[in-house]
Parts: sequence; C-alpha cells; structure tokens
Amino acid sequence: MSESDVRSYTVRLELQDEPGELLRALEPIADNGGNLLSIFHERGNVTPRGHIPVEVDMEATPERFEGIVEALRDAGVNVIRAGSEQYSEELVVLLVGHLVDTDLSDTLSRIEDCGNASIDDVALSAPDGTDELSSARVRMDTHAGAVEETLATVRAVADRKGLHVVEPLAEGGDA
Amino acid sequence: MGAGAVGRSVAKLAGEYGHTVTALADSSGAVVDADGIDVAAVLARKRGSGTVGDAEVATALDAPYDALVEATPTTLSDAQPGFGHVEAALERDRHVVLANKGPVAERYDEVRALAADSRGEVLFEAAVAGAIPTLSTIDSLGPERVRAVRGVLNGTANFVLSRMAAEGLDYEHVLAEAQDLGVAEADPSFDVEGTDAALKCVILANVLYDGGYTLADAEVEGIRSIPGSALELAAEDGRTVRLIGEVSDGSVRVGPRLVPENGTLAVTGTTNIVQLETEHAGQLNISGAGAGGPETASAVLADVGRLPPVD
Ligand SMILES: NC(=O)c1ccc[n+]([C@@H]2O[C@H](COP(=O)([O-])OP(=O)(O)OC[C@H]3O[C@@H](n4cnc5c(N)ncnc54)[C@H](OP(=O)(O)O)[C@@H]3O)[C@@H](O)[C@H]2O)c1
Repeated sequence: MSESDVRSYTVRLELQDEPGELLRALEPIADNGGNLLSIFHERGNVTPRGHIPVEVDMEATPERFEGIVEALRDAGVNVIRAGSEQYSEELVVLLVGHLVDTDLSDTLSRIEDCGNASIDDVALSAPDGTDELSSARVRMDTHAGAVEETLATVRAVADRKGLHVVEPLAEGGDA
Repeated sequence: MGAGAVGRSVAKLAGEYGHTVTALADSSGAVVDADGIDVAAVLARKRGSGTVGDAEVATALDAPYDALVEATPTTLSDAQPGFGHVEAALERDRHVVLANKGPVAERYDEVRALAADSRGEVLFEAAVAGAIPTLSTIDSLGPERVRAVRGVLNGTANFVLSRMAAEGLDYEHVLAEAQDLGVAEADPSFDVEGTDAALKCVILANVLYDGGYTLADAEVEGIRSIPGSALELAAEDGRTVRLIGEVSDGSVRVGPRLVPENGTLAVTGTTNIVQLETEHAGQLNISGAGAGGPETASAVLADVGRLPPVD
C-alpha cells in the first residue's frame, strides 16, 4: 500500500455527553493508522437521542479507513456517516472594504484557520487603487453541514477588520 | 385616511369595486358625505389647493363608514398618526384596511388586542409588497405551514442594484438617476438602508409567528456599502447581489445577498418577488409590482372585499 493511496475522510460520530467520551472515540483512529486532521464539535447541537454530533476529518488509506470505522463501531461509538468527501459544499462570498490595508491574505488564512473551509480561489477588484474601497470574491469549499459555522467565522473575521460580507442566500431547492 | 398616491388611487377605484367613499382626509383637511363624496371633484381640489376639503381632519374619523383605509405615511416606534386611526375605527367597531406598515410592524400586538375587543377586523395586504397577494396566500396556506419567506421587497433598492449590475455604474450615480425617474425619494434612506424591507419582514414575522416582533427584532443592512466592483465580481461568477428579506426560524433578516444571476430571486428594476417555502406545497414564487398607487390600491380594495358586513 503506497502513500499515494492516502485519502481524506470525514466521519460523523455521535457521542454521549460524558467526560472522556471524545478521547475514547479518537483512539481507534490513531490505533488503526489514521492521521487525524481536524475535529469539529457541533457544540449546542444535540441529536434527537441526546447525543453530541462530532465531525472528524482524517487521512488514511481506504483499507485502513475501513478498519477504523470497524474499530470505532466495536468500541461502541455510533458512526453515523463515513464518506470519502472531505469538503462538499461550495460557498461564495463577497468581501467589501479596505481589503488591502487590512491584509487580505491574513483575512483569508484566518477564515481557513477555523478548520471548516478551504479557500479555492479569490478575485480582487480595486478599481480606484488599493488605498480605496475594494471588493473580493472568495470561493471556498466547506464541510457539508458546516456552512453556517463557516459563514459565522467569515462574519467574525470581517467584523474585526471592518469589512462588509455579502453572504450567499441559501435558496431551498432553487437553481 | 391619507390622500397620497395610495389614498387617491383607492378613492378613484373604489366605485369600480362597488364601494362608496364617504370621507377622505389628508394632513390639513377632510371632506365627508354620508352619500358618497364626489371623488373626481375632491381630487381636482386637492390638485389645485393642496387639500381635499375644509373640514377638520378628525371629522373623517367620525364619518359614517364600514371600513377605514389607512394610507398615511409609515412611521416608526409609536406608528402615529396611523395607530391612532386604527384605534379610532376599532373602538367604533369598524374595520380597518392598512397600506401603512407602521401600526402592524411596530405595534402589532396592540393592534391585535384592540381588534380582539372590537367587532371590526384589521387587514393589511397592501402593507407587504404592494400588489403582490402575500398575506392572502399565507392565509390560505395556513401560517403554520409556511416554513420561510424570502424575497425582494423594496423596488427602489432593487432598481439601484440591478442598474448598477447592468450598467457597471456606481451607487451614487444610479441613485441620482433613480431620483430623476421618481423611483427613489429625495431622501432614499428608508429604502436603501433596508428599513422599508425590514418593516415588511417584521409584519410577515408577526403573521407567521403570531405577533411579538418589531423593527428592533430585525437584523438590517442596506445597500450603500456595495460598490460596482463587487457586482462585477459577482457577475463574472454568474451571480448578482439583491437586497433580500428573510423570515425563517423565528428570525428576521434583511441585507444584500449573493443570488444566482438567472435565479428566481434576481428580479430586475422595481419588481418585487416573494418566495414562500411551504410544508406541503413546495416553493411558491409570486412576483409583481411592490409599489405604485393603483397597484397598491388593488391590494387595499381586495382586503375591503374580504371583510364581512358590519353591524
Ligand atoms: N406608494 C406605494 O406604492 C405604497 C405601497 C405600499 C404601502 N404604502 C404605504 O401606504 C401609505 C401611503 O403611501 P403613499 O405613497 O400614498 O404616501 P404619500 O403619498 O406620502 O401620502 C400620505 C398621505 O397621508 C396624508 N397624511 C399625513 N398625515 C396625516 C394625518 N395626520 N391625517 C390624515 N392624513 C395625513 C398626507 O397628507 P398631505 O397630502 O396633506 O401631505 C398624504 O395625503 C404609506 O404608509 C406607505 O408606506 C405605499
């Protein structure tokens, strides 16, 4: 099994609200050769059965990944979804303001730092020069189910720098 | 009450709908006739002298009538003089039809309480998106089966954004053009700051969630901060920006949002659109004129026609 077979996976786990529960759930991942990338704890969000959903991103070979899911289930961890798509929803926002003065690349890396999104491309338009108001279109990929969290991060980062965010409208089922 | 664009159109069209106008008032005078005022003559007088008649404004409130049409200016907080007119009618067990957004956006619970103690009813279709039958549609679906309402609810802001996108012009330029065309008021702040759209959303929230909302509960952002360059970047990507009002999950939000350029909500010019997300009927979209005298009057008169006989 070569290194190039390593892929990203996201699993959604449902944990009981007890101390040590998260650690117990993560052990089978490391033990079975998975490389933990990020953990996304949906705080405040509780499943109908009173469990706490946690999204875990990891890298592993497909074979090892199967072993990981098996080990998790053996350890009594409820694995809700196990897929190979790490990022699955595209999200486009516009940023408006003194983008250059406020260090656009820092702005973008702060957005990525939240761990839910990866930035695909950025288009900047500064028709009146970089000292004036400019606009940027930022396209990112975010975890399914983490769109709201990602937007909240974008809002918070923009807020701190006095930038305006034009968010996409989530039109239910509309093209 | 009110002889502006809306009040005048209601008076003009009332006869065609089988109604008699027994009184008409503006800010400085009133005319009352239990057998029906001569609408054409009264409006000619208004054009000439600036007022509809010599009687005190308040005499219109004491006139014989079945339904009071409230079309005075929309105001915030105390929603006066509109709220007082609603109160006066309901205390007399008369119906009220509002074009004015103030009383049902800012003092909805009080209006409901007054209506509960009265044999009169209150309807306000015209207050939300002018000619578009939003509230009657929600009423026939059942408010509890409407999960969310989204839409473009301000023609002025939509005109400005769609012209900016189409012509590559900046906000100030397009706004000046809109003012020349009479699409925007001399003071456009109510429209471009999102207040007007927010009031409509607050009214929708009051209807969907059975009251409790005022403008203070809405998150509101206007369109002044959107430069032409942002619209260009959006267009390169098949998108555009619209001032969208949204009522869902108990919250009210108005702000510029990215939407697909050819999507349902990307209406152009002064057109409004209301999109309802329903429990069983899927998504419904109704677009049309959100303002204009005769357009708004048609919604007012539809409400008048829905009311039961008084006494
Ligand atoms: N225009 C639209 O397309 C539209 C659409 C939907 C809803 N609405 C709402 O409908 C209402 C009327 O709109 P509009 O465009 O007709 O407004 P408008 O042209 O400004 O007319 C307002 C009218 O109210 C009168 N007025 C002011 N204070 C009064 C008082 N204390 N007593 C009696 N009359 C008084 C004014 O008198 P004077 O003539 O003496 O100034 C004027 O005739 C507003 O609340 C507006 O938000 C308008």
